Amino acid sequence: MIPAAFSYESPRTLKEALALLESNPNAKLLAGGHSLLPAMKLRLATPPALIDLGRIPDLNYIRDTGDHLAIGALTPHAAVASSELLHRMSPLLAEAADSIGDVQVRNRGTIGGSLAQAHPNADYPAAILALDAEIVTLSRTGEHVIPAREFFTGMFTTALSANEIITEVRVPKTTGAGAAYKKFAHPASGYAVVGVATVVRKHGNAIESAAIGITGVSGTPYRATAVENALRGKPASAIADASRRAADGIEAIGDTFASPGYRRHLAMVFTRRALETALARARAK
Amino acid sequence: MKKNIAININGVEHRAQVEPRLLLVHFLREVAGFTGTHIGCETSLCGACTVLLDGRAVKSCTVLAVQADGRSVTTIEGLAQGNRLHAIQEGFWEEHGLQCGYCTPGMIMCAHDLLERSATPTEQEIRQALDGNLCRCTGYQHIVNSVQAAARKLGKRKATRAVAAD
Repeated sequence: MIPAAFSYESPRTLKEALALLESNPNAKLLAGGHSLLPAMKLRLATPPALIDLGRIPDLNYIRDTGDHLAIGALTPHAAVASSELLHRMSPLLAEAADSIGDVQVRNRGTIGGSLAQAHPNADYPAAILALDAEIVTLSRTGEHVIPAREFFTGMFTTALSANEIITEVRVPKTTGAGAAYKKFAHPASGYAVVGVATVVRKHGNAIESAAIGITGVSGTPYRATAVENALRGKPASAIADASRRAADGIEAIGDTFASPGYRRHLAMVFTRRALETALARARAK
Repeated sequence: MKKNIAININGVEHRAQVEPRLLLVHFLREVAGFTGTHIGCETSLCGACTVLLDGRAVKSCTVLAVQADGRSVTTIEGLAQGNRLHAIQEGFWEEHGLQCGYCTPGMIMCAHDLLERSATPTEQEIRQALDGNLCRCTGYQHIVNSVQAAARKLGKRKATRAVAAD
């Protein structure tokens, strides 16, 4: 399996990359290449040009910037999964990263590439939504910050414009809260048939708030707001009932592996499991 | 348009002019002649083509040769020192970690990535680390035994070196 021919550029700066993108509107940006290259080998994608971001320095980092953690767009999943900073201050993203694909995929695939791809069964979107993370982009007009809830607009579709490059992902610190990512992994591909990420804050014995991001059920990842609303101020015993609303108002997708009805059922089960685990990890105020 | 690239493979620089669409696995096998790296599924699922890129395990069917320009690649041919097999190779030999051998180079390179990160992995950690490598012969148990044997050997060698250094 060999990709169709393309021209290849490897800019050394973001400025150079933006100029190349401007002059090649049909070019694709190459990060880790673990979604794009397989699609090109199957000739599902035949871009005339690739702009490889891999030689631009300083896009691979995880930093504490005070009120949040900043992750460079080219940071591979393996680095996110093993980051001491993330484990200590915002472990949900690390847990989601650790469940992506396999070791080799996690060594190459990047957070920016995965978010831009917006695969409907990707793991990161659930965590990004539950965390209310921000996606930072650069275009020739300057920096642009996109809130997670506005970023995913459809299957393989995002709010990114054609001349924009993701440079960073910002996640809040979730100290004190409990977080968990639970997925039903496709046994062959490892993709999330359904994946549920949640951040739960506890006040005394009650759930102060729960943020829930769900991937895999619909073409677009979403926040399970019906469950979130049903849990506010409620005790742990409310989780089972509230989780039944995990796919309320959602049009589920179906394929040869999982029907829409099965996906809706999985959404309920995995929402309950994620909430129970997150609550057990939360510290009461 | 072809690109000039230079990839350090097993300690030796290999230069060539390649099409950007040439995959790293094809560069290794057909340009540089390292046929120990196998092509299995070609869809980044089976792990037979696993090599180390700057020390980390990657599936070379899902990396372009141009992406490896200026970087270091280690293939299965780069592990033995002269006639002395690497501890992981010895482990696979002694514990019957292979039957047909097709998946073995990829398994060994992936095990190398694991043992660099974790010197004494549990069985669970070994199984997780080899999740991206398929074997249709062994049922995996002997592969796990092989990696455990390799970890013990590497631990012993390290201890011997430490004693020698004292």
